[in-house]
Amino acid sequence: MKIILNNTNETFDVDHLTVAELLQLKKFTFKMLIIKINGNLVRQENYASAVINEGDDVMVLHLISGG
Amino acid sequence: MNFEEIKLLLENKTVGIAGCGGLGSNCAVALARVGVGRLIICDFDIIVESNLNRQYYFYDQIGLKKAPTLKANIHKINPKIDVIACDIKLDSSSIVALFRECDVIVEAFDRADMKQMLLETVLTEMVEMPIVSGVGMAGWGNSNAIRMRQYGKLFICGDGVSEVSEEEPPLAPRVGMAANMQANTVLEVLLKDKK
Repeated sequence: MKIILNNTNETFDVDHLTVAELLQLKKFTFKMLIIKINGNLVRQENYASAVINEGDDVMVLHLISGG
Repeated sequence: MNFEEIKLLLENKTVGIAGCGGLGSNCAVALARVGVGRLIICDFDIIVESNLNRQYYFYDQIGLKKAPTLKANIHKINPKIDVIACDIKLDSSSIVALFRECDVIVEAFDRADMKQMLLETVLTEMVEMPIVSGVGMAGWGNSNAIRMRQYGKLFICGDGVSEVSEEEPPLAPRVGMAANMQANTVLEVLLKDKK
């Protein structure tokens, strides 16, 4: 499937992915994340169940301390 | 647009600033200088000497509360700005209550978990609100890594990767770059389609 991940086109060899699977595939290991699928926030407790499908627009934002 | 026209547009705008540390104090001062009419600034902390390497406070203000002190500093620059200083530790309900009427919110916390709390609150409970967040500004050098990324109404300013640590402290130049990039992004939102 093709999706948009952080404003960039990406292709995966599967029909769909859960958010947790995407994080593992992309090796996104930061603890503090903000994830949106098609503009809707996905909370941490739903990472294992929220599904990403063909054409979805996904944002994975790492939050780090400093300010 | 000349500066008088810009000021006229900005004087009716309200910007909420969550945190009055390195990002928030410098961003607030930039917005006050250009004449954003109302600033709602929130912080529960007091000024300590180590803050002065990047935050918009003075040596004789050590020990004072950040939010009311930043208000005083802003008024030394531009007394016409309506500054609402809130000495409060923000949580999701106070964020919605205090920032409801804002045109833009600036996320200027230091801790990642507070950034997450604010962004989750705004993205679920204030979905139409533009929000400008600061992520990644520790250390020095590497100026060109600091950039702005947009995801819908969420704007991220910073390099996205440099976390503050003992070996990579937050310092005035890079924190100021991110803070002023946030202020510049706020202007971009407030003056959209007005060029």
